[in-house]
Formats: sequence, C-alpha cells, structure tokens
Amino acid sequence: MLSFIVRRMLALLPVLLLVAVFAFLVLRMVPGDPAAIIAGETATTEQVAEIRQRLGLDQPLAKQFVIWLGHVIKGDFGESYFFKLTVMDLIRQRIEPTLALGACALMISIAVAVPLGVLAAFRQGSRIDDMVMGLSVLGFSVPGFVLGYALMYVFAIELDWLPVQGYTRIADGLGPFLARIILPASALAVVYIALIARITRTSVLEVLNEDYIRTARAKGLTEVEVLVRHALRNAAVPILTIIGIGIGLLIGGAVVTESVFAIPGLGRLTVEAVLSRDFPVIQALIVLFSVAYVMVNLLVDIGYAFLDPRIRY
Amino acid sequence: MKTPDLIKHSLAALGTALALAAPAVQGQTIKVVMHSDLKVFDPTVSTAYIVRNHGYMVFDQLVARDERGVVKPQMADKWETSKDGLVWTFTLRDGQEWHDGTPVTAEDCIASIKRFNQRDATGLRAAPFIKTYEVVNAKTFRIVLNEPYGLLLDSLSKPSLAPLFMMPKKVAETPAAEPIKPEQVIGSGPFIFKRDEWRPGEKVVYVKNTKYKPRAEPPSGLAGGKVAYVDRVEWIAISDGQTALAALTNGEIDMVEILANDLVPLAAKNKSLVVEPTWKQTYFLRPNWVNPPFDNPKIRQAAMIALNQEQILKGMVGDARNYKVCYSTYACNSPFYTDAGMGAMVRGDAKRAAALLKEAGYDGTPILLPHTTDLPVLNNLGPLAKQQLERAGFKVELAPSDWQSLTMRLRKKEKPSEGGWSAYMSSLDLNDAQNPIDRGSFNTNCKTSFLGWPCDDKMEQMRDAFARTSDPAARKGLAREMQERNAEIVTVIPLGEYSAVSARSIKLEPTFKQPLTLFYGVKKK
Amino acid sequence: MNASDNDLQAQLLATRPRAAARPSLWRKALRNRRVMTGAVILVLMLLVALLAPWLGTVDPALIDVSARNLKPGERLSITLDNGSAADHTAYFGTDNLGRDVFSRVLYGTRVSLVIGAAVAVISLTIGLVIGLLAGFFRHLDGPVMRVMDAMMAIPGILLAITLVAIWKGGMLTVILAIVVPDIPRVVRLVRSVVLSVREEPYVEAAESLGAPTAWLLIRHVLPNTVAPLIVQGTFLCAAAMLSEAALSFLGIGIPPEIPSWGNIIAEGRALFRVHPHHIFYPSIFLALTVLAVNVLGDGLRDALDPKMRKNL
Repeated sequence: MLSFIVRRMLALLPVLLLVAVFAFLVLRMVPGDPAAIIAGETATTEQVAEIRQRLGLDQPLAKQFVIWLGHVIKGDFGESYFFKLTVMDLIRQRIEPTLALGACALMISIAVAVPLGVLAAFRQGSRIDDMVMGLSVLGFSVPGFVLGYALMYVFAIELDWLPVQGYTRIADGLGPFLARIILPASALAVVYIALIARITRTSVLEVLNEDYIRTARAKGLTEVEVLVRHALRNAAVPILTIIGIGIGLLIGGAVVTESVFAIPGLGRLTVEAVLSRDFPVIQALIVLFSVAYVMVNLLVDIGYAFLDPRIRY
Repeated sequence: MKTPDLIKHSLAALGTALALAAPAVQGQTIKVVMHSDLKVFDPTVSTAYIVRNHGYMVFDQLVARDERGVVKPQMADKWETSKDGLVWTFTLRDGQEWHDGTPVTAEDCIASIKRFNQRDATGLRAAPFIKTYEVVNAKTFRIVLNEPYGLLLDSLSKPSLAPLFMMPKKVAETPAAEPIKPEQVIGSGPFIFKRDEWRPGEKVVYVKNTKYKPRAEPPSGLAGGKVAYVDRVEWIAISDGQTALAALTNGEIDMVEILANDLVPLAAKNKSLVVEPTWKQTYFLRPNWVNPPFDNPKIRQAAMIALNQEQILKGMVGDARNYKVCYSTYACNSPFYTDAGMGAMVRGDAKRAAALLKEAGYDGTPILLPHTTDLPVLNNLGPLAKQQLERAGFKVELAPSDWQSLTMRLRKKEKPSEGGWSAYMSSLDLNDAQNPIDRGSFNTNCKTSFLGWPCDDKMEQMRDAFARTSDPAARKGLAREMQERNAEIVTVIPLGEYSAVSARSIKLEPTFKQPLTLFYGVKKK
Repeated sequence: MNASDNDLQAQLLATRPRAAARPSLWRKALRNRRVMTGAVILVLMLLVALLAPWLGTVDPALIDVSARNLKPGERLSITLDNGSAADHTAYFGTDNLGRDVFSRVLYGTRVSLVIGAAVAVISLTIGLVIGLLAGFFRHLDGPVMRVMDAMMAIPGILLAITLVAIWKGGMLTVILAIVVPDIPRVVRLVRSVVLSVREEPYVEAAESLGAPTAWLLIRHVLPNTVAPLIVQGTFLCAAAMLSEAALSFLGIGIPPEIPSWGNIIAEGRALFRVHPHHIFYPSIFLALTVLAVNVLGDGLRDALDPKMRKNL
C-alpha cells in the first residue's frame, strides 16, 4: 500500500513540473514587455528599464525559471501587480469562500444525487427513472450563470427568503454564512448532481443485475440491506472517479458562480487577474489549482485502492 | 459612613463611571458600492476617479475651491502675496496631525507640492514658473516665482485628476513615477484608511479620524468644514449592478454610487431609496494624430462632423432628463462655455462628412477604435460611434478590450495593425472640463502632449497666454479662440454631457451639495 | 462536461476486446428515439442558421437609439443605412442599443453551431493523431501522456481564459482556447483503443509478419475509434457551446460585435431584472441546442455499443 502511494506521488512530479513550466511561460507568451506592464500606464522608458533590472527580467529564460521555481516551492509567488499585496496573502484571503462553496456544493450534490440515482436504479424503466435521467441531461445543458440568476431571482428577489449576494465568513456567524452560501452552492451543485445521479444509477443497476444479489435476496436480505451492503459499496468507485475528475468542473463553475453572486473567492480572483493581466496571480492560480486537482485525484486513487483491491496498477 | 453605605456609594460611583466610559452603541457605518474597485492608493499618480475619491477620504488639501470655484484656505490658515506677485507665503492652521500622530509641517507641504508638480499636467505647467520653495518655520512656507503666474492658486487647489493633496514628507518623497503603497496612506483627512481590514476585491474600510479638526465655516464645494458624522465607511465591491441594487433594496448596503441607467426606473419605484443624478460627466473621443488616416486634419474634422452627440447620449443614457447636449469643449456650466466654431460639429451630418472625406482624399484606411467591454458606463460607445462614422463613409474596426489593456494600448504610437490605435473614447468628470488648462486634450506641446500626440504651436501659444493673464475678459476670449482652433485641428471631440445616477437609502442625508462623492458631511439616521 | 464518462469508458475499454461498429448498428442508431429527437432539433437549428437572413430578420448590428429595450412583439420603424424607413415587428424585443433580439439570436445560431462543430472536429482530429502516435510508439507514450496529464491538471476554464488573455481576442482564439483543454481526453480515449487493439492476437500476428504500422493503424485501429469518437464529439460540441457562453459571460469570449448566444446573454445580464427578454431567448436557444446535442450523444452511445451503455 505504501509503495503504491509513493509510486503514485513520484509519477506526479513530472506532471507538476510541466505545469510549472507552463505557468512560468504564461507571462512570457504575452505580446509586449512584462516590465512595461508592471511599470504602469504613465511610466517613462527609464522607469521601465529600472523595473526590468530590479525584477530580473533581463536574465536568460532558463535562469529566470529556476529562480522562479525556487521561490514557488517556498510558497513565494511574488507580489500582485495591482493589489500591492503578496500573492500568497491575496490567495489566503480569498481561499475560504471558494473552499466553502466547493465543499457545500459537493455535500449537496452527494446528498441529492445518490438517493436520486438509487431511486432511479431500483425503479428502472419507470416514469421516475425517466424523469431522473431527463433532469440529469437538463442539468448539464443549462449554463451555470443562467441557473445562478434564476435561483437568485426566485429565492432572493421574488420570495426574499435569502440574501442576494456576498459571503459571510463562518467565523462571523454560522447562520448568515449558511444563508449566503446556499444559493450559490446549489447553482454550482446542479451539474455535479446530474453526473453523480447518472453514474450512481448505472453502477447500482450493474450490481443489481449480478447473481449474488439474487442470492442475497433469496437469503432474505431486505432491499435496504442489499442497497447498503452491496450496491452502494460497488458504486463507490465510479462515484469517487467522478469526484476526482469533477474538481476541474467545480473550479470552472466556481468562477462563474462567484461572479454572479459577488463572492470574493478564488474564482473571481481568477477572472480579475486575467482581465487585469496580473501575471503573478495567474501563475500562482495555475500552479495551485493544478496541485489541488492532482492531490484530490491522488486521494481518489488511494481511495480506490482501499475500496477495491483489484485496482492496484 | 457605615460600611454598607460606603459599598453602596462606591458601587454607584463605579457604575456611573462604567456607564460613562462604556463605548457608544455600535457606531454608524455607511456601506457603499462605488463605481469601481480600489486597487491603487496614490491619487497623484493614478488618473482613476476611484483613487481620487479615496484621496478625498484620507487626505486634505492646502487650499480648496468652493462651490463657486473660488479658492479658499483649507489646511492653510491664510496666504499672502508680495507686491510684485513673486513671493507667496502660506501659513498652516494650528494643531493638524497626520494619522500616525506626527504634526503637519511646512516641509511636508513643500514635498507634496514638489511631487505633484513632477507628475500632474497642471503641476507640470506650473513648475517652470517656480524658482524655489522656502521654509520659514514649522507652520509657514514660501513659494518664490520666477515671474508672475496667474494660475498658481488654481494649480494648488486643483480638485480633480489629479488633485493636490498634502502628504507627509516621508511619503511625498516617493519618486513621482511610483505609486505610494497601502502602508504609506497616511493623510490628515477626516477619515483613516484601515489597512488591516482592507480586503482587495472585497472591501475597503475607513474609520473616522477623531483627531481631525474641521474648519469652522460650513462646507461648500471642496472647501469649508469637513465633519465626519459617521464612524465608519466601507466600500464594498459588487460588480453586477443588479446584485448591488438588490443588496441596497434589502438594506445590506446604503448606497450605490452609479446605477446603470436602465435600472433607474426599477430603483425609483422603491420608496425607501433616493434616486438622483449626482455625477456629471462628458463623453469624448480623441483621435491619434500619429497614424493615418487621422494624421490628416480634414479627416479628423470629418469625424467630428459625422459623430452625433444627441444619438450617442440617447444610446448611452436613454432618459433625456439625465443627459444634456453641449456643443462645446468646455462644460456647459463652465464660465468659459461657448459654442464658437461648433456650428456644424457633432450633429451627425453624414452627407457633409462624406463630402469632406472625399475632398481630403480618404483612401479607406480603417480606423481602429479600441472599445471597453468591462465598464458598463463606456461599453456601448464603440458600436454607436462605429455606426455613425460608417454612415459617413469611414471604415471602422472595433477592438474590444478590457479597460486596463486599453490604457496600455493607448501608450503605443505604432500603427493599429501593430497594436496601436486610431482613436479612443472615454468619459470625463465635468470638473475636469472647466477650462483650457485643466482640459488635458488642449495640451498640444509637441514634446509633452500625450494620448493622441497632438502638435500645434498656435494652440500652445494661446494656452501659454491664458496661463499668464489674470484678466477675465482676455481669458474668455482666449478660451473661445482655442475652441475654434480645436474645431480646425481637432484634438478632442466632445460627445455630450450626462449625469450618472446614484441610489441611496433615505437614511443617508448629505448636508451640503457635493461636487463629487464624499462621505464627510453625510449623516445617517 | 462528460469528461468523466469518457475516462471511465477509456479505462473499461482498455480491458475489453471489441469489434468495430457494423453498418447494421448504425441503422439501429438512427432509429433510436433519443438520436431522432436530438438530430431533429439540431437540423432545425442548422436550418435557422443557414436561413437566418430570410427569416424576418434585420441586420443584427443595426443600432437604433430611439427603439431601445422594446418588449417582445412591439412594432417599430427601422431606419436603414440608406436613410429609408421600414416597418418591423421585434418578435423578441430589442436590446439596450435598439438592436433586434430576434435577429441577433438567429444569427447567433451560426456562431454557436460553428464553434461547437469546430471545437469538436479540431479536438477530435488533433486528439486522434496524438493518441494514435502515443498508443503505437511506446517511446512516445510516456512523455506524451505526462504532457496530457499536465494539461488535464489545469482546470479547463483557467487554461482557456489564460490563453484568451495571451492571444488576441477573436473567434479563432476562443475556439483554440476551448480546444486545448479538450485534447487530453480525446487522446486518452484513442490511446486506450489503440492499446486494446494492439493486444489482439491477429494484430500481433500481423505485426510479427512484418505488416507496416501505418497499414495496421488504418485497417484495424481507426474503425474501432469511429464510434467512441463520434459519441465523444457530440459531448465536446455541447461542452464547447457552454464554454463559449461562459467565456463571453465573463467578458473574455467572442468579440461583442459578433452576436453569439453567450455574448447576447452577457450583454443582457446587466438588465435581466428589468428586461428579462434580453437573456431569456438566447438562453432557451442555447439550452435547447446543448440539450439536443447531449441527447443525440446519449442515444448514439447506447445504440452503437451496447457495452458502452452498461457503463453509463
């Protein structure tokens, strides 16, 4: 087991290195002089040259990369061009909303999707099954921001049950935090629900058709016991897969959802950084999101290994 | 006294002491969504209005203009001029302190003026007239001129883009090209910037400066007593206008500085909101003299004739109550307003423009118009201008970009195909369109002009003459001539005045007529 | 969007021998109800796109400031560029600049369909080539797959918006920005097919007899890739249309003069409470088209390979 984990982690290193190279090159791929971009709109040529020298932008590319990588490993991504804060401070300030949003979306998805999928599987072929499948396709056909605005309009504006926008830190009160997070988390969860419901249904169906289930039923196990002891455990692997791969979806969705609901998280920071060409921030976000994705998938792989001894490649 | 009585009395005294010492009930806070997010903190270096507004929160001016434009003392107590007009002596008011507790001194003021004169267009114009600065004592300093300069007080009281604020010497010694950092925001103004509560992209927090000593007289324009009635002001960043309006309606915030024009009817229905036009601005277009086709003055004139102020205002603003056609390069409320030379201009005369294009030999070179996509107040200018120009026979290409990139692009002199530009459009606070000196587009000095690089000796001579004379009649005449000259050479095309509408809770009560968004002098019920 | 499906498919495909989809299977596919529904809607959209100029539309870029924000169904008088006036009914109302929403939505069909199709075709082509190479040439496999993993590690939307920020904006940029994050998934799918086919005894036999690689590729591997690639193509198309809408919504998509559904929604979002018709109509068209493509893909997958169906 341990060697499995170690092997997987080693396999990740080249991937992370490639991501780092790409992140580094981003600033250099932009047409224009990075020093001029940092110096600002009304700086003189001398000031631009001074900044170029001070930030080491006149060194050979490979050398710059190595220096940059050294800083990055220590967690130093430099200073944001626009906010005059270190990038790490900026990210630290904005990470809680995104994590909270993602975690809540994930919890909502699993809580809603798994029962739906199970229901659809147990009632395969019925109207309920068709409805669940239909809603699932609808779920990943509607754009995320449309969903966001629709939810906001119905629940926050027309019915006035919930606040319209923003984010309250958990430390400032659990009630307000939940009130503000539930709409955006639900908007974000819809796509995930669609996917998880489908795959739950399929996996459960697959299991339900196996011989040992007939045996179990013949033995007198109730449907619930069949469900819990056998179907769900086998469905766990594909569900884990989706969660791992879906992190990418979650981040993409967060960018849009945070924009709709004015949540000051990493998603909105991404858009702002790209729009203002704030390259240290863009680079840091690329690296951090990729590391997060890779780590989550590593955990998923380890989870597989636990759940299914057959999967040890 | 018997012991129990002693205890009783002591407890009573203690109770009273505690009650008096107890902090007031949670102080009053104003939460507002400003028109933009604050990223830069240096009002001298930045030309963004949000930074200017930030400046007015935490800094104070040496002298300031009241609501009629008359220069009044602000941080200064008084000033005196020598008979020959060459020596100006300023004396500061007593007891002023910077936010870090150190006293305001003459040296601080000199350093601030010096920095301003290195950076700002009006300051740059004043700089050659100044021979030297002298410190007389901690409260008093002199500005010694080479020759009389009629605009010295105007320069020192500059209200907008960029205003002259007083900063501590150690901050003002930051090189003029570098913006000051957030930790250097130490002013002497009515509010203090709370750096530890600032969350970029989320909110900016100011708290009342309890040590600030407002002047005795009532506020007028940017002069007079600046009294902060609330304890705290928070600038909240919400980029979506409807979300902001919904938050305002719900009472989550108190004010939205600029409301999208089409949301105004929705907001106006709400009885708990005050919706009114507050910020007067003017749209404009500046052609780039360096690249064809706008290197030809006749073609520039054709553009000025083809564009249509009324249509642009209708398209951008919609409600006629909130815009005003003004056929002048000066604000309609400016003492220098005139419509001289503007007879055929900006009225959308496509036929006449087409004829002029033919005469000028326009060969169809496309005009590259960068247009903003992320600022609702500017977004539609591009398509509107394009249609009007095309009707006259121009070929127009729109280059969409976000505002930041656009400002970078504007620094380039290259051809449009290499990343340059032919013309650009934006909006200017009317405070900045009052006279030919403040109107940056009239700077036609072939060496120092920017954003279009216009170059015209005649115009420069007139500007110089304007700066040197203090005779109001002569100034008006010169202003008129400069506008006529502009109609010939076209450094700027005015595209109409409008008022941005703001919405605020009825709980907020401004106590005087504000020339720009200020938070002193505002009460909250 | 359905990347998950395909990864799982890829893994499972790698362990099962399969035969290429036979012609009869295609006919069966066409009779599948979902394929029919999806195909019909798509054909309708295609017709709308092609016939846009003749369906009662005006120039989608025609600005008329006196006709701003009209409600759906209102009549107005349009002043054309040559100065003449014409009567016109704004079926979907007008937008902030007086442009006719009906015309914009219909013309927007072109943009969205082109983007969806272009992204699908380009991703499939590039992915196919890379996947074939990686699967067949062992020494290429390692490095190529590492690069693909790295590409997959960066969230698609982040990669897309970074690319749009670096290159000049425009339709081609947006297409390429959406294509790049999609390539790894196609590569993985193709590669798994190649790997599973290579292990077939008849292929090994052919190799040992000296058959050239290219011939093997064409004769045995390609046919097996067709069905899964078509299915994946439909999902890529649907996802691309949604991605374009998201990019335009964030302000970094198609230049605003070109009416795409994403753009129209992005411009209309600022006023959706007072003028919901600005985003209502393009949203419906977008959701319907994406739905149609997804349903088509679902149906195709079920019909073309019963084994695939078991998985999802």
